[in-house]
Amino acid sequence: MNICVENLSFRYPNGVLALQGVSLEIASGEQVAIIGQNGAGKTTLVKHLNGLLQPTEGRVLIGDWDTRKYSVAKLAQRVGYVFQNPDEQLFTKTVAEEIAFGPRNLGYSKERLQTLVEDALQLTQLQAMRSANPYDLSPTWRKMVAIASILAMDTPILIFDEPTTGQDAASVGRLATIIAELKQRGKTVITITHDIDFCAENFGRVIVMGNGQVLLDGSAKEVLGQEAILAQTFVDPPQITRLGLRLGLTEVVCTPQEFLDVFETQCAA
Amino acid sequence: MPVVRLQQVTYYYPLTETPALQDINLEIEEGEFIAVIGPNGAGKSTLCYTLAGFIPHFYKGELQGTVEVDGRSTQDSNLSDWVLRVGLVFQNPFNQISGAKYTVFEEVAFGLENRGVPRNEMIQRVEEVLEMTGIADLAARSPYSLSGGQQQRVALASILVMQPKVLVLDEPTSQMDPIGTREVFGVIRKMAQKGMTVVMAEHKMEWIAQFADRVIALWEGKIFLEGKPQQVLTDERLAEKGFGVSRYTTTARLALSRGLWQAERPLPVTLEEAVSGFAAIRNGQSKGKP
Ligand SMILES: Nc1ncnc2c1ncn2[C@@H]1O[C@H](COP(=O)(O)OP(=O)(O)OP(=O)(O)O)[C@@H](O)[C@H]1O
Ligand SMILES: Nc1ncnc2c1ncn2[C@@H]1O[C@H](COP(=O)(O)OP(=O)(O)OP(=O)(O)O)[C@@H](O)[C@H]1O
Ligand SMILES: [Mg+2]
Ligand SMILES: [Mg+2]
Repeated sequence: MNICVENLSFRYPNGVLALQGVSLEIASGEQVAIIGQNGAGKTTLVKHLNGLLQPTEGRVLIGDWDTRKYSVAKLAQRVGYVFQNPDEQLFTKTVAEEIAFGPRNLGYSKERLQTLVEDALQLTQLQAMRSANPYDLSPTWRKMVAIASILAMDTPILIFDEPTTGQDAASVGRLATIIAELKQRGKTVITITHDIDFCAENFGRVIVMGNGQVLLDGSAKEVLGQEAILAQTFVDPPQITRLGLRLGLTEVVCTPQEFLDVFETQCAA
Repeated sequence: MPVVRLQQVTYYYPLTETPALQDINLEIEEGEFIAVIGPNGAGKSTLCYTLAGFIPHFYKGELQGTVEVDGRSTQDSNLSDWVLRVGLVFQNPFNQISGAKYTVFEEVAFGLENRGVPRNEMIQRVEEVLEMTGIADLAARSPYSLSGGQQQRVALASILVMQPKVLVLDEPTSQMDPIGTREVFGVIRKMAQKGMTVVMAEHKMEWIAQFADRVIALWEGKIFLEGKPQQVLTDERLAEKGFGVSRYTTTARLALSRGLWQAERPLPVTLEEAVSGFAAIRNGQSKGKP
């Protein structure tokens, strides 16, 4: 199911023009990261994909659905969105109920519901906390619950807004595994992140936003070495990429392995 | 004499049987910038609350040992006095807006206003802090209509403006853009140079390595390692226990296993260290060639 954003502009009621003429297409099954400075419009953009916000100008298509013509509840069949602030999203008494809430609303059968909830608990490794009250969990685990509750909806498109904030190395690894698994399952994954190293290691395509516009859109290698443009929107290239640039490697590198491979070849040359 | 002193601190949250902090002994000098690292649940926030007096005054439970700032203990003070000396920026930047103010400027000025700071001084201090935290252009905006990172900057500004003697920051850059994060570390570094004592819980190893004086690694409520950033952040045991490490360290370890990086060379934690390490390897190899 393709996503098509056409010449999208959005103005908040207070007058802030948060998006200015954004156009992009995301194909079914793509893994895309959105990066860019605070206030660039990343959250505002993705809130248009599930109808939480409606364009001031332009339009957004999710498959053949124009978001202006479908309710948020209807769009939830196609797009799952994990909020930047999980507390905007969580409201039931136990983790398991929270995770079951979305898929139940989508009218799935009892058996399917159960399978989806177990799958989401397993992917996020929340099994041991299934009976806990989300509000008794730390903010980092609450974020995992929010993620699980969207995974369980089994939508073709999933959006994660800053999933790595506050997560330790193990949880970031778990997120990487979840994203890889979703890719295997043919899902479209859109992730907003300030963790550029995580971005470099897990996403094929990177969209850079600044001032309500798309500044760059391309493969991680095409985008993440462009130090000057990234700096305009307060982003440093990934650690590994910076190391490669400083050492004058002729190729943009995104992971430690890649760095060493290129470094060794160029040393030998 | 240390400004902050924790002696034999052990803490149990209400109705819990395992301590969230255990046998913590810690002395912090005036103007020191301490980074607290550790996996989720290690006790970073609990340590922050303990320093900031929220334990035992807000979170009940059982606190053993003593927590002192300037020779006075939290147990013998009340929270409203304590917060004037020890400022805390909470981990969750959302829900930190006071709810009383219409603009970002007023929100940041709130604490000073409450303390009756003269108007001119207040305006000057607020403007300075808005500039430092990169939100001067948002001064007239409503604090409710901000992006995640902008809200976090307001939360940070609201505490910085109070100029507490001890500043406790619980993951203050978690929602911030990369260059903003680096700048905030730089601002905190400067505050420490001017004499503010800083304790910051963080996951961002690259900037901890570059800006902090000392690193405390927490593991299951205990101090597991402590020392200079370079020394702590490259310790084998950290990676084994699931602590994060910088990509520079990861890459050098990988290079070590490929026989590229010599074992005698210390592992890098910053970009500069990594650049000089790999440049030396390259020079060594080109010299070795006929
Ligand atoms: N509810 C709102 N009302 C008015 N303006 C808003 C609202 N939410 C965000 N804005 C403004 O719109 C712009 C874009 O905000 P958005 O939340 O999309 O940024 P972002 O790229 O997600 O930033 P961050 O990295 O900080 O989360 C910012 O200038 C912000 O202040
Ligand atoms: N209010 C509470 N009641 C009971 N236990 C708590 C409470 N808050 C935290 N804990 C427990 O105390 C321990 C330390 O938690 P703390 O929040 O200090 O860890 P942290 O290092 O800050 O983790 P994170 O990286 O997730 O923020 C954990 O086992 C946690 O479950
Ligand atoms: Mg956002
Ligand atoms: Mg914490």
